[in-house]
Amino acid sequence: MLDVPASATAGIIRRCEDLFSDLHFSTARAWKAAKPGRKVIGFMPYYVPREIIHAAGALPLGILGGGDQLEVIHGDAYYQSYICRIPRSTIELGVSGRIDFVDGMLFPSICDVIRNLSGMWMLMFPNTATRYVDLPQNFEDDVGGEFYRSELNEIREWLGGITGQPITDDAIRASIEVFNENRRLVREAYTLRTDEPWNVPASELYLVMRAGFVLPVEEHSQLIRDYLASVRDQQRPIKDNSRVVVSGAFCEQPPLTLIKSIELSGCYIVDDDFLLINRWERSDVSTDGDPLAALSRAFLHDSHSTPPKYEPDQAKKGLYLVEAVRKHRAEGVIFAMASFCDPALLDRPMLQDILKAHGVPQIAFKFAENSGQMQPIREQAGTFSDSIKLWSGA
Amino acid sequence: MTIITRPASKPADIIKDASMSKQKDMMARHYERLSDAPANGEKVAATFVPGNLNELLMCFGFANNLPEVNAIQSGLRKQSGGYVMEAEKSGHSEDVCTYVKSDIGMMSKGNIGPNGRKLPDPDVLLLSYTGCFTFMKWFELLRQQYNCETIMFHTPYMADGKITKDMIKYMVKQLKQDVIPKLEKVSGVKFDIDLLRAHLRKSAIAEEDLVWVLQSAKTKPSPIDAYFGGIYYIGPIFGAFRGTDDAIDYYRFLRQEVEERIAEGKGPVTPDGDMGQERYRLVVEGPPNYTHFRQFWKMFYDEGAVVVASSYTKVGGTYDFGFRHDPVNPLESLAEYCLNVYTNRNLPMRVDMLENYIDEYQADGLLINSIKSCNSFSAGQLLMMREVEKRTGKPAAFIETDLVDPRYFSPANVKNRLESYFQMIEQKRAGLRGAA
Repeated sequence: MLDVPASATAGIIRRCEDLFSDLHFSTARAWKAAKPGRKVIGFMPYYVPREIIHAAGALPLGILGGGDQLEVIHGDAYYQSYICRIPRSTIELGVSGRIDFVDGMLFPSICDVIRNLSGMWMLMFPNTATRYVDLPQNFEDDVGGEFYRSELNEIREWLGGITGQPITDDAIRASIEVFNENRRLVREAYTLRTDEPWNVPASELYLVMRAGFVLPVEEHSQLIRDYLASVRDQQRPIKDNSRVVVSGAFCEQPPLTLIKSIELSGCYIVDDDFLLINRWERSDVSTDGDPLAALSRAFLHDSHSTPPKYEPDQAKKGLYLVEAVRKHRAEGVIFAMASFCDPALLDRPMLQDILKAHGVPQIAFKFAENSGQMQPIREQAGTFSDSIKLWSGA
Repeated sequence: MTIITRPASKPADIIKDASMSKQKDMMARHYERLSDAPANGEKVAATFVPGNLNELLMCFGFANNLPEVNAIQSGLRKQSGGYVMEAEKSGHSEDVCTYVKSDIGMMSKGNIGPNGRKLPDPDVLLLSYTGCFTFMKWFELLRQQYNCETIMFHTPYMADGKITKDMIKYMVKQLKQDVIPKLEKVSGVKFDIDLLRAHLRKSAIAEEDLVWVLQSAKTKPSPIDAYFGGIYYIGPIFGAFRGTDDAIDYYRFLRQEVEERIAEGKGPVTPDGDMGQERYRLVVEGPPNYTHFRQFWKMFYDEGAVVVASSYTKVGGTYDFGFRHDPVNPLESLAEYCLNVYTNRNLPMRVDMLENYIDEYQADGLLINSIKSCNSFSAGQLLMMREVEKRTGKPAAFIETDLVDPRYFSPANVKNRLESYFQMIEQKRAGLRGAA
């Protein structure tokens, strides 16, 4: 349970905690059961076009592994010794029937593990529609953009096959607008955290954002509005913390206790790449013209940089992290990466070099979604925070 | 007319058949060419085995340097362990691919190739992004080191088990609008599509003989080992020789050699000479370990186990399903080739393939070598194993090693597993005999 003030905020966070810890996805099940014919589409990190799922009248449901509360019994039997934990716990969710109400699953091209998991899902759950989402690594409009538009169209047809209804351009445009509104609110919340991290603790904001992976987007937008109103209505004590960016946890999620441990060790997390999909497009996606082309353009030209994406320009490699430090007035970067996460861990030396070249202090550690021992994390992050206070800008 | 030449080098204490010695000569010549490239004014391209566009690179006169092959060579020469640790000391995670770390460690130690001479810096990195995520990061790391032109060539994943028109269109557009113009710029050579057609024509001839050789393992006893021996056989066509007369020459020579072995009723040649009685016929999934390659192989042939089909020998192209490079549709053919490499196929396709191999090659079972480094291969293999067992009724086994990190090869454990597996096959046979 988080230490939150006895206010409206407490009630909101309690609700978010309940959603977060519910590994049977009762809310999504209830949503589906409320109206005959409703469909739920699961998706894995880091990005899928949720707008099209919404336009199909279906609920996009984020499947982010099993966290630290799920005992993996069956999942380990499907994997070798050396691999991250999210595929094991996702298999566990599937085999144990926790997501048996999901009508379709989307697996984006984030890494070879999630890619192969799409094929495993086809073999293990033949009654669940399964689709891999190929994302372009060429960022020219008439090359990668055209390819991605055709991919989006295939997703549209795939979803239409599940719901039994064709998905119109107008419906997608309307859904883009709904998600634009959600992203505006998400950005507002992140901006408020940058400005007042003592009032918007990362562990709290994480729960609010995580709720967006199980709630209908309209409901989530209202939740963010309520949360913003409640935190603006209060003033928590300002601590002498260091301001840090946490980078590398864009797929397998850290346990909530890890986020809290970083904060307790004397750091304000002022930016992160957890749950990146909720602010993937950095500004509004156009609602004019062909909506699939608009989504494609947004992916190509207005989305976040992150290790699974190729950076065509060597001069720009890793600068997004330097920019994040500047924009959020951070004093250092904590690389928190899941063990055996190829995209994150292969990228790390390059990112560290860039930060070093720009004089940004940094530390790195690994975690698994079920990491339980937080004392070393607290010590490492605490020492990092102290060193920033003592030595940075001296 | 192709003239078949005999290899110059003599077999050493390790017994090799003539084709293996010939292959070794070809590789040695290739490394000399690479080392001499700067002095000879030749430009060098680095690229990957899966999605290797050797015919295209040859159109621009590039010498083709393959970092994976360099890592393999380092592994075989017992140097990769030191290189991997060198890379880890400089901040690379112990969790990631050891090919990458071997390559990076080798660079930090002067980039000395297997010929004992420095390998040249590449003039261009052709990032053929096919079937392996790590490739992308690997070349971003090399780009940082060499600061040279880097060309991304993205191959979509065959997730639904089919190649669509949109996939081909995407890839051909990349070739036309990005890959070829950049290769022209770096090389200073104008692209000649007829030259590409000529190279592709040669590729198809060699591919025909390669497939014949690999499928010769359907014979009993198998005249080849399609995993350990197969690695020698795929070397030229997966590397810098596809599309050349040398490759045509080599595969014709190899085919004749295998034909002779079949006529004489011989099994494969092993490092200790002709293999004895064939007792077990296996299909193997996954790459081998290279740091203990000979020791690993010996665990098989000492027991009379021969690998009759392997997925690893399809990682640079799945020619046995009929694909041949097509000079009539050159760019489309390059795209189709990349799409078809083994690790770019979805898991259901991979399971079907292994199941068919067990049937077609009359194998006793499936062995999976799960590689710590390689999630592209390894993630999902235990499910594949279950599926193949279920469908074929043949026993399967699972071992874990690594490509080029000696710390992850435990000889006693591997041997123990293999011996248990062979016993399992015997029990299965006894059970079948009892039921008959």
